[in-house]
Amino acid sequence: MENILSLKNIVKIYQNGVIANKDVSIDIEKHTIHAIVGENGAGKSTLMKIIFGEEVPQEGEIYYKGKKVNIKNSLDAIKMGIGMVHQQLMLAPDLTVAENLILGIEPLRYGVFLDLKKIIELTEEASKKFGFKVPLNKKISNLSIGIRQRVEILKVLMRNAELIILDEPTSILTPQETEVLFKSLKDLKNHGKTIIFISHKLKEVKLIADKVTVMRDGRAISTNDVNRLDEHMIAHMMVGRKINFKRIPGVKKVGCPLFTVKNLNYLSEENIFVLKNINFEVRAGEILGVAGVEGNGQTELVEVLTGLREATSGKIFIGKENISGFSPRKIREEMVAHIPEDRMKNGVAEHATIEENIIVDRYHKAHFSNKSMFLDWKYISKSSNDLIEKFKILTPSSKAALLSLSGGNIQKVVVARELSSNPQVIIAAQPTRGIDVSSEELIHNLLKDARDNGIATFLVSADLDEVLKLSTRIIVIYNGEIVARFDDIKNITQQDLSPYMLGIKKKGD
Amino acid sequence: MEKFLLKYFNLIRAAIAILIGIIISVCIIYIISKEPGFSLKSLFLGPLLSKSRFGNFIETASPIIFCGLAIAIPFQAGQFNIGAEGALFIGAVAGTAFGVSTNMPAFLHIPLVLLVAGLTGAFWGSIPGFLKAKWNTSELVISLMLNYVAYFIGLYLINFHFRDKAAGYLVSYKLPETAWLVQFIPGTRIHIGVIISLGFAVLIYYFLYHTTLGYEIRISGFNINFARFGGINVFKVILISQMIGGFIAAIGGMTEVMGVHRRFNWQLSPGYGWDGVVVAIIGRNNPLLIILSSLFLAYLRVGGRILNLLSDIPSEMITVIQSIIILLITAEAFLAQWKYKITVREAKAKEVSSEPYT
Repeated sequence: MENILSLKNIVKIYQNGVIANKDVSIDIEKHTIHAIVGENGAGKSTLMKIIFGEEVPQEGEIYYKGKKVNIKNSLDAIKMGIGMVHQQLMLAPDLTVAENLILGIEPLRYGVFLDLKKIIELTEEASKKFGFKVPLNKKISNLSIGIRQRVEILKVLMRNAELIILDEPTSILTPQETEVLFKSLKDLKNHGKTIIFISHKLKEVKLIADKVTVMRDGRAISTNDVNRLDEHMIAHMMVGRKINFKRIPGVKKVGCPLFTVKNLNYLSEENIFVLKNINFEVRAGEILGVAGVEGNGQTELVEVLTGLREATSGKIFIGKENISGFSPRKIREEMVAHIPEDRMKNGVAEHATIEENIIVDRYHKAHFSNKSMFLDWKYISKSSNDLIEKFKILTPSSKAALLSLSGGNIQKVVVARELSSNPQVIIAAQPTRGIDVSSEELIHNLLKDARDNGIATFLVSADLDEVLKLSTRIIVIYNGEIVARFDDIKNITQQDLSPYMLGIKKKGD
Repeated sequence: MEKFLLKYFNLIRAAIAILIGIIISVCIIYIISKEPGFSLKSLFLGPLLSKSRFGNFIETASPIIFCGLAIAIPFQAGQFNIGAEGALFIGAVAGTAFGVSTNMPAFLHIPLVLLVAGLTGAFWGSIPGFLKAKWNTSELVISLMLNYVAYFIGLYLINFHFRDKAAGYLVSYKLPETAWLVQFIPGTRIHIGVIISLGFAVLIYYFLYHTTLGYEIRISGFNINFARFGGINVFKVILISQMIGGFIAAIGGMTEVMGVHRRFNWQLSPGYGWDGVVVAIIGRNNPLLIILSSLFLAYLRVGGRILNLLSDIPSEMITVIQSIIILLITAEAFLAQWKYKITVREAKAKEVSSEPYT
């Protein structure tokens, strides 16, 4: 079949000397869904940015519809008929759906004024043509993530894209929303569009893609028909070894409650309940998983629990001690570790060195400093190097800038710091978000070991597989409330959880 | 060779920036001066041609070093407090007032006068610091505005309460000799304050990189959310970093009064606080590099003064030259493309030499 896009020998080296793409050649056939899989840092995103004109490669050639092209920026790409839906959706939250759709291609009256009637006409027409139902007059900020993503795809379609790149589109969706998306993608393929689909969820790749390219370490190591491979073969190619999809074995011994939350409420500045009457306890030696679609109060809950935000009412106990209203330092002194959901925002200082990042919770303690005043850099380096070795952090030196590490290794620095703080309670939010499979496995095993050592772990994750894999018990949060509790999760599946996550069902208290 | 270029990229870039600045100024001088050879000599070699000029150069560097440090500490904490000028002025006024009103032996008088000045400066720095920590106001705007407040309060105090009417012009009473900083090189005005400024630079370097409070300041500057997350008391950091900045600026102003003029004689704000911003930026907030950047700026300043005195070129010229150089040094993108090219070549070379992929 005819190729719509051919990449030949693409080489991309970033300013910091990292080689993101090494001699990559891929052919994308017309009217197919082509999946590109690989661990984080394998070079998928860079390659997509090159196709969409956001990065310019040092070497290599790009052929589009058989002609050699030079894509200098995204406008070039859009003009040629290439569209991209980014992982972080690019919509203006305060504008309506219709306004977002025509952004940049606004129909005008007298060359100055927006032609509002025409806007609605155009958007309705497009919405019908592609079978994409979206509420045209609603503000983006009032819509769910799934709908927003449809808007974004429609936006790309309205610019006459024939080749559509979707960068990890399902990472922000619930299972139901994912199903809807997949149906739309198949429809688009039947409309004659070509789709490049980036993912690291292999199940989805099997489900929807025709072809799959595996990337590893900056290279495209194979392109195949999807039905000639199974999940395990793809996974094997991605990481170069076998990985474990199974749930971890059950708990050995559960102790007394170490971490208790009672009647916790948090009101936002607009006086809206963000967290409503939250009650739970985590016992020694278990992992309590929180399932829920992102944005249902998880972020605020974790911030309240770790002292970064003040609760409106309610009590938090470590053991028997009430720690409500404590500062982050005091909560850490109660041996609470915190893996934050957004590592770059809260978990690290990217321009500081690795060791400076590791000591943030302990620089004032014995050995790290003398009388809490003078830092002992020798001891700090030694203890940092121990952690670098123990947690398999890839770096030339503990004095390297954190910025020089890959996402997975940065997360390992965060996890190394938190787990080495000798905690009795771990609050882990999205502990493996956006990192490669092998780092993920390492972190999962570390959390399991912590559990077996009698630590109480509170796990918040948007990745249901992760919640199911690690948790002893699960609670589901929707709209700031706990809407379901599962104490025995042996036979629980994603499908059992998602009606609660979407607020369709609610267990009576 | 390329490794060397990458490693010292910032230094090489600064050198090239300075060189370009000099070339441009040479061109300008050739265009506007009737005796360009002499003018060039005055500007670029002037400060070295006599003992007193060399003294001028060193003595000018001292308050600039102080102010560079005073700016660098809040900058390292991520606090854009540019109130060094105001803290220097009000601190020197308070120190002078205390100095002329008291009598005690030198070993007490000197440190006490410096302390009064420093504490006044620290108080001055605490105002934008406290407002920022408590209500998240902009320390940039507040510290900028406070510079004017300091200036007019200071002038009022000097001119209406501590003015030496016998002097014949607007100056304070002369400090008693017990509060003088000794000028220890005959034929120059190089005074003990110069040594104190160098001592402070070393001390502040140690403070920032080897103490827990210095660590808290730097981490808060890198990422204040991370600092809060890790348990650092960021309220304290925001406040204290600006207080230390004010303290140091004020000491800088006071040593200038005690070592050079021996009385308060500024009717215009001297501008060292602004020089401090410049040298802190050029020195990338590193106390040791600030010594170098301050010497550099002082050299240009003194060369400019000599040029102004002896040749037909106005001292405004020097401002043009300085601006060009500072612009080039602070522009992050300057020569970045060149660096990128070397990086790409290096990365490729490494890739080829490493084992082939299987």
